[in-house]
Amino acid sequence: MTLAPPRPGARVKVRGVIGEPAPREDAVPKVKGEFQYASDLWREGMLHGATLRSPYPFARIRKVDVSAAAKLPGVRAVLTQDDVPGKKTYGLMDRDDQPVLADGYVRFVGEPVAVVAADTIEQARAATKAIVLEYEVLEPTFDPIAAIQPSAAKLHPKGNVLERVRILHGDPAAKADVVVEGEYEFAMQDQAALGPEAGLAIPREDGGVTLHVATQWLHEDLDQLAPCLGLPESKVRIVLSGVGGAFGAREDTSIQIHACLLALKTRRAVRMTYGREESFFGHVHRHPARLFYAHGATKKGELVFVRATIVLDGGAYASSSSAVVANAGSFAAGPYRVPNAVVDCVGARTNNPPTGAMRGFGAVQSCFAYEAQMDKLAKACGLDAVEIRMRNGLVEGDAIITSQPLVGSAPIAEIVRRCASLPLPETAAHRDQSELPGGHANVTRGEGVVRGVGYAVGFKNVCYSNGFDDFATARVRLFADAEGPLARVHTAAAEVGQGINTVQLQIARTELGIERVELETADTNVGSAGSSSASRQTWMTGHAVLQACREVRQELVRRAEREGLTLDRTDLADLLDRPIEKTVTYRHQDTEKRRPDGQSRGHVAFMFAAHRAVVDVDVETGLVKVVQVATAQDVGKAINPLGVIGQIEGGIAQGVGLAVMEELIVEKGRIRNASFTDYLIPTILDMPPVIADVIEHPHPDGPYGAKGVGEAPTISSTAAVVAAIRAATNRDLERVPVRPDDIVFGTSSRSGWRIAPGDDPRRAVRG
Amino acid sequence: MTVLAGGTDLMVELNFGRRRPEHIVAIDRVGELAGIERNGHVRMGAGVTYTRMLADAGSQALAEAARTIGSPQIRNAGTIGGNLGTASPAGDTLPVLAALEATVVLRSKAGERRVPFADYMTGPKKSVRRADELIVAAEWDEAGPAQTYMFVSTRNAMAISIAGLAMVVDRARKRVGIGLGSCGPTIIRPADAEGFARGLFDEAGWERPHRPSESAAKELGRLVAAAARPIDDVRGTAAYRRHALAVMGARALSRVAQIA
Repeated sequence: MTLAPPRPGARVKVRGVIGEPAPREDAVPKVKGEFQYASDLWREGMLHGATLRSPYPFARIRKVDVSAAAKLPGVRAVLTQDDVPGKKTYGLMDRDDQPVLADGYVRFVGEPVAVVAADTIEQARAATKAIVLEYEVLEPTFDPIAAIQPSAAKLHPKGNVLERVRILHGDPAAKADVVVEGEYEFAMQDQAALGPEAGLAIPREDGGVTLHVATQWLHEDLDQLAPCLGLPESKVRIVLSGVGGAFGAREDTSIQIHACLLALKTRRAVRMTYGREESFFGHVHRHPARLFYAHGATKKGELVFVRATIVLDGGAYASSSSAVVANAGSFAAGPYRVPNAVVDCVGARTNNPPTGAMRGFGAVQSCFAYEAQMDKLAKACGLDAVEIRMRNGLVEGDAIITSQPLVGSAPIAEIVRRCASLPLPETAAHRDQSELPGGHANVTRGEGVVRGVGYAVGFKNVCYSNGFDDFATARVRLFADAEGPLARVHTAAAEVGQGINTVQLQIARTELGIERVELETADTNVGSAGSSSASRQTWMTGHAVLQACREVRQELVRRAEREGLTLDRTDLADLLDRPIEKTVTYRHQDTEKRRPDGQSRGHVAFMFAAHRAVVDVDVETGLVKVVQVATAQDVGKAINPLGVIGQIEGGIAQGVGLAVMEELIVEKGRIRNASFTDYLIPTILDMPPVIADVIEHPHPDGPYGAKGVGEAPTISSTAAVVAAIRAATNRDLERVPVRPDDIVFGTSSRSGWRIAPGDDPRRAVRG
Repeated sequence: MTVLAGGTDLMVELNFGRRRPEHIVAIDRVGELAGIERNGHVRMGAGVTYTRMLADAGSQALAEAARTIGSPQIRNAGTIGGNLGTASPAGDTLPVLAALEATVVLRSKAGERRVPFADYMTGPKKSVRRADELIVAAEWDEAGPAQTYMFVSTRNAMAISIAGLAMVVDRARKRVGIGLGSCGPTIIRPADAEGFARGLFDEAGWERPHRPSESAAKELGRLVAAAARPIDDVRGTAAYRRHALAVMGARALSRVAQIA
């Protein structure tokens, strides 16, 4: 798609346009505690909803008796599967997958079985405990590789293989002089959004319902919600509430359907807010994975082949596993020239908590493994970490292992080189105690501390892939009030903290040449914007706003010409006796559907980043302090440079967390650390200084050349930190997060399954 | 009746629905509980916060322990009385109180009683304190500067100890106290390790600093680890706890032996 040339310059300099570092409008309210998050929603006389969840990972429900619960004081409704008036199931990508409330079976610990509305939250919780349930406990399956074997017990009518992707590229039997292998384990990370799942459902006089909710995609919620409620979409309105972080966890519905069911049943407003513990059971997590890799190269370290088998644990329900599997496969060889590849990637259904979208979406799991492999290969070929990556990095025109060529990107070698040339931190002398591993826990004052440096490069798609009809709508209204011209921009793009609101304002100011631009609250009264995921909103909603503004401007030009005026010399208010309103739906270029051999142009565009991590490891206690992360990232165009840095630093924080501390520990299907006391995320004293080189190599199809920003910082920062720990400890560290035990004892993390890289994991052998 | 001082433990219990007390009495503004008296002997009121301990603890190890706890907000609220009241094996001031051979002062309508710390804790979150008793103070003899506290955790701040160790070398009284946290149902005093350390100081001379040999430090670490009774839990493995205690024991000895 070709963009119209930039409009002629305005007479007065307009502030807050693209390319300027623009602060967020909600920054000060958030810092002062005045921002209204979804969990702060309140309405006079509202009821409170609570959820009864399964205590078993797999069981048949023999009997449900809600009569005692319904009689408790303050209880207004107790609902089970029988009370769902419409479609009984929902699902992000498969609408027939997950029951709204348990359908006679429970398949994971925490699955919603019943919901209650009562006058107070205490009464609602008390009522959930008074619901009588009889379960017949069934034999659960927790090992994803066991779950996909032909002999495994079926855990769901749809079977245990959620998705399988096989990629065949070049010669599957290619031979190489140097071959390195590895098996890697990737544990379960949580998005750990600080705002728990929350919303307020208000019944309407026309029999419909309005839902205020923290979500990533209003229209996707609507599409799943309305059929379950047995209502036409016109009777359901969803309004975006204050979102306290998302990172993928708000792609699936949580309280949405339940709160609306309760509101419609009671004819009262119902608020549902998960507590911190419940939140860990109420959203999907990042897929844990087992990855079996072989890399072959020439003696000079030029890649000859990559073979990989990847098994992702999807947990009990499908969520977005099919797309995560496709991504993990697509990016399995990294941003390198790989002439021959065989990749087999399977998503397994188990009785573990369901997993789905999280920042990086399948690319993070692969990156951890292929970057460890690249370091092994470098060692085998006598190269350093930077050299091997520069030698094999993609340049424009090269194809990835799905045969899709690279367009509109800086060469990988340049990104790596620029990252490697950023200044290193000073050496260890005269540090404050807080800068040593363990910090003020005081365990080392320098004893046992060894420094390590590691590199990693990662990449991923921007926007939706594989033939998905991906679009975004924007409505722009330009009118004049007493103070002059004012533009109002209305989209359904979910501001989840990433900064899309500021980007929309900047684009509208740039295109319309006026400073007074306001955003309407995002809701379903305007067309879909698609999800705030896949790093796509700047590209998609950005394009839609840009084009709507240009259509408004064309109308201004027409009006000026009719009056015999020149637009640039006219007070816009004089042309706005009637408002101008334009609604535009933007679609990115078509992508190809997946083919059986995995060879297709399935993606719109790619984003790339390189990371260099410097760590200090207390090798005797296994504690790690990440000293610095340097990064070079190709963002195409930094529409809001301040927002770009925010995304880079935040993404690295999540990557550092995964490298050294973030793990949702699941034993026999039970989450053992569902709290912020024991699910550790980095504090300010764990977060290293970040040095970022923001590269602006424009993509021909992005708005002003912009690519996505949000996910790239998370993809390879984890791999870089682990590489640095390997350098400091000489341990293999084939698992993330790296635990102190792994450093101190060199604990093995092998699965016990024998799988040759590239082979079908559904025919695996133990031992 | 439940007593609330800083609320940093109690509010978590309430939020998770683990407790639902009928009545809560806040004692955070009771001035009598907030004093520190020092005259060779320290009496620290139960209401003294961790922030206060950073500046005025009457014990170097206690000041270090206070610094490990939570965030500034938590340290501004949490108190030594709360740490004693919760009686968690992971309570950071408790290994120090064990190593100092402190006394816990309890008061009820029937009067005051004084319990040696060694007798105070009876299990995880269990103590000899009766329901009608208020913790009013902790007391100990000032032991000089040769002391330290440390713990291991995967996060560099706001973390709960996976295993912790306090060491106090009272050169004047020729006494070594070691307290181990998060590695048993109560705070553990490793008697053999303390005995071994006393021997080292007898040999090197109590009155002056020395640098212990690597093998002596290592042996002390081994004895510390041998006394621990750790379990595998969500925060760490028993094997790692033992290992970390051995490292910390060796480091603590080297650290404090060099302090005059």
